[in-house]
Amino acid sequence: MKARVHVMLKNGVLDPQGEAVRHALGALGFDKVEGVRQGKVIDLDLAEGATEADVTAMCEKLLANTVIESYSIEMA
Amino acid sequence: MKAAVVVFPGSNCDRDLAVAFEQAGFDVSMVWHKDSALPEGVDIVGVPGGFSYGDYLRCGAIAAQSPICKAVIAHADRGGYAIGVCNGFQILTETGVLPGALLRNAGLKYICRTVNLKVTTSESVFTQGYNAGDVIGVPIAHHDGNFFADADTVKALQDQDRVAFTYEDNPNGSVADIAGILSENRRVLGMMPHPERAADEGHGGTDGAAVFRALAGMVTAA
Repeated sequence: MKARVHVMLKNGVLDPQGEAVRHALGALGFDKVEGVRQGKVIDLDLAEGATEADVTAMCEKLLANTVIESYSIEMA
Repeated sequence: MKAAVVVFPGSNCDRDLAVAFEQAGFDVSMVWHKDSALPEGVDIVGVPGGFSYGDYLRCGAIAAQSPICKAVIAHADRGGYAIGVCNGFQILTETGVLPGALLRNAGLKYICRTVNLKVTTSESVFTQGYNAGDVIGVPIAHHDGNFFADADTVKALQDQDRVAFTYEDNPNGSVADIAGILSENRRVLGMMPHPERAADEGHGGTDGAAVFRALAGMVTAA
């Protein structure tokens, strides 16, 4: 059983790394990029019986800092 | 007067912090991150700078889950004194002892230099050795020192006089130029600049020493 967690900075929180990537893309001639946000993907290998609620608890306690980050979970 | 300095794998300012406490007259014990209790009778806990656990996941995130941090949280909840510097500030926000979070510097660069700080309040055991409005030179050395909190939290910090220090010339994008904040009971200070690196003539400046002297005076008086 697997879960994939996406962690992104919340809207309204400045993402200087995303901004730097946007500038670099512009410098390479990719002139149609209007914004870049950079985040993290965390893949979890889970034992049988683990639930999405377990992964939510993991996100709340450790994987995301909800002061600045939002997260989404894909169970597979 | 007893101080405890927490040591994580990757801490690199733990001994500097211990020396600053010692010079102010504290007996200092070093406490390993796997310990689950602070030494008996500790008056203040220092959470030092560095790169605990390699800054993996987020700065301070793994350290915040360590056994000793549970004891530090309990100490703060009891009304104990604590100071977190640099990575220590990041750890204290990750534990929820202090509000907000520290983001990557707005300029994306690691910055290591002495900056001017304004002492925003003298109403705390940490800053009572200064006058509000004093400008002091204290080194910063960080990549993730960009203090962020939502607008309501920033307003509460300001309204409650809990901003301890602000940058005179904001180096990292911190909201409202905030360099250090106090807990609601004013007994926990978190700050990105390093007062322990400006506490001895050999450091090239002693503007940070008053933090530790004032603490010593407070604890003696108590």
